[in-house]
Amino acid sequence: MTSRTLAPFGRRTLTVIERRQVGAYVVLAAADPGGPLPRAGQFYMLAAAREWGGREDERPFLPRAFSVLRVREGGPVLEFMLEAVGPGTGRLVELGPGDGLHVTGPLGVGFPDPDSSPPTRRALLCGGGVGTAPLAIWQDELLARGEPAPALLGFRDAAHAPGATLLQNALVATDDGSHGHHGLVTDLLTAQLDADDRVVVYACGPPPMLESVRAICEQRGVPSRLALESGMACGFGACFGCVVPLRAGGYLRLCVDGPVLDGELLAEVPAH
Amino acid sequence: MTDPLDLCGLRLAHPVINGSGTFDAIAARRAFGDALLERFPFSAFVSKTITLEPRDGNPPPRLYEAPAGLINSIGLPNKGLRGYLRDDLPQLAELPVPLITNVMGSTSDELAELVSALDERSEVDALELNVSCPNVKTGLDIGADPRELHAVVTRLRPLTSRPLIVKLTPNTADVAAVAQAAEDAGADAVSLINTLRAYAPHPTRAGAAWLGNATGGLSGPAVRAVALAQIRQVAARVSIPVIGMGGVQTGSHAASVLEAGATLVAVGTENFRDPAAGTRISRELDDLFAKSGGKSGRSSGP
Repeated sequence: MTSRTLAPFGRRTLTVIERRQVGAYVVLAAADPGGPLPRAGQFYMLAAAREWGGREDERPFLPRAFSVLRVREGGPVLEFMLEAVGPGTGRLVELGPGDGLHVTGPLGVGFPDPDSSPPTRRALLCGGGVGTAPLAIWQDELLARGEPAPALLGFRDAAHAPGATLLQNALVATDDGSHGHHGLVTDLLTAQLDADDRVVVYACGPPPMLESVRAICEQRGVPSRLALESGMACGFGACFGCVVPLRAGGYLRLCVDGPVLDGELLAEVPAH
Repeated sequence: MTDPLDLCGLRLAHPVINGSGTFDAIAARRAFGDALLERFPFSAFVSKTITLEPRDGNPPPRLYEAPAGLINSIGLPNKGLRGYLRDDLPQLAELPVPLITNVMGSTSDELAELVSALDERSEVDALELNVSCPNVKTGLDIGADPRELHAVVTRLRPLTSRPLIVKLTPNTADVAAVAQAAEDAGADAVSLINTLRAYAPHPTRAGAAWLGNATGGLSGPAVRAVALAQIRQVAARVSIPVIGMGGVQTGSHAASVLEAGATLVAVGTENFRDPAAGTRISRELDDLFAKSGGKSGRSSGP
């Protein structure tokens, strides 16, 4: 079964109902009355309804792709995890209650239904930085099914480590050693797999981390489901800008064939 | 609702279509389902460029957000003629609007094969030639040189009874002369502008290009003023219909394109920001017409 909820056709404008700071991250919650419930791993294209543009280099211009962090029933309310790293995210983190948020989505294919994974393998979540987002909604779903779904999360420093509070049952690594393991989240992954490798790894994070996860899983014959990121102009297959090269040759579009891909499809997670 | 339009015999419900390569109706249906067909945003659908052989497209990165616009270097990925006929055409035939298939070849033989094969398919209502490509035999950009373009269109004209639209490149010394050559050789309409050749430096590696293919094409509001000037130049020169595009984001922008002499307006990059932009723009255009108490722009060509 494809993990895709269809998006309403066209861009719609939601109202932000909450903005909260989680360490260096901002979580925005927006009401999406009548909107569909996204699958874990699906994403939305976001843009501020006002003042989208006119910053450094007359940007932003295009909407930005974000995996949904969590969905609250009753509405529904969509939550997104943001970090200000450029003109688009810089504008989005300024939004607060009452502000308009343009969205198109849910888009793409999310994490595959656990029933389709080998039943003898447990779920192990592995995230880095803002890549924590799709693992939160996925863990909600797995926990609801009675799967323990432990998480390994990596962050840069003490300012970012509070991102780990967005999930339950998480082991943390920080680059500067301020929280948890001093080192990479992939160190934690290796240790876990040494102890028990009857798992499916669900991962999201910056490309070098994700490539590490892919390679570790491949080496050990552990299945991996990777939520990749890419710059996107459209999010619905129109621009062909978000392609990733496949092990078998050719490319696929992350926005319509991903963003969650089976690690075996890739020879490498691309750096961009 | 605007009165139905006639473009070279195609009946169109309103004057807004898409620019080639800016909307993939098959992928969009995967994302939005059949709601796409029920509320299709364009009065005709223009396909991505089809080439004779399949193409993977350019190495990434393929996109760069430019000041008020987008530089793309996609490289015309497509399944090739056979893949298009086999996989895509049956799906595109389900769209509720006429289908314009865009083709490109690097020799006139390649183009002739494409045009002949598509002419045999009743699902194809019109053809658009992407001539923003060097002729591998002469080394000249087909669409940049009036004589080169005249020769190519003269060769293709007898091969199809379908309306033949020539998509002009803005990367030429005299766009009106190229448009004139297309008309003289028997083109039924011209469309412009294609993207402006553009380059984006790598943000951190001095001297390196950001795009995988080094150069790309600039689109979006950044090119609107250039587009209006070129559309005016071309519309003043030719008597065949002009399809105008370049940075159109609102009904008011669309009205400017029609006032410049275009019969139809194509929406391109704005589709990326809002997949239903075509619907909004045609509605805004209607509202403008209603306010002005009549039609704007010129009606269909002779």
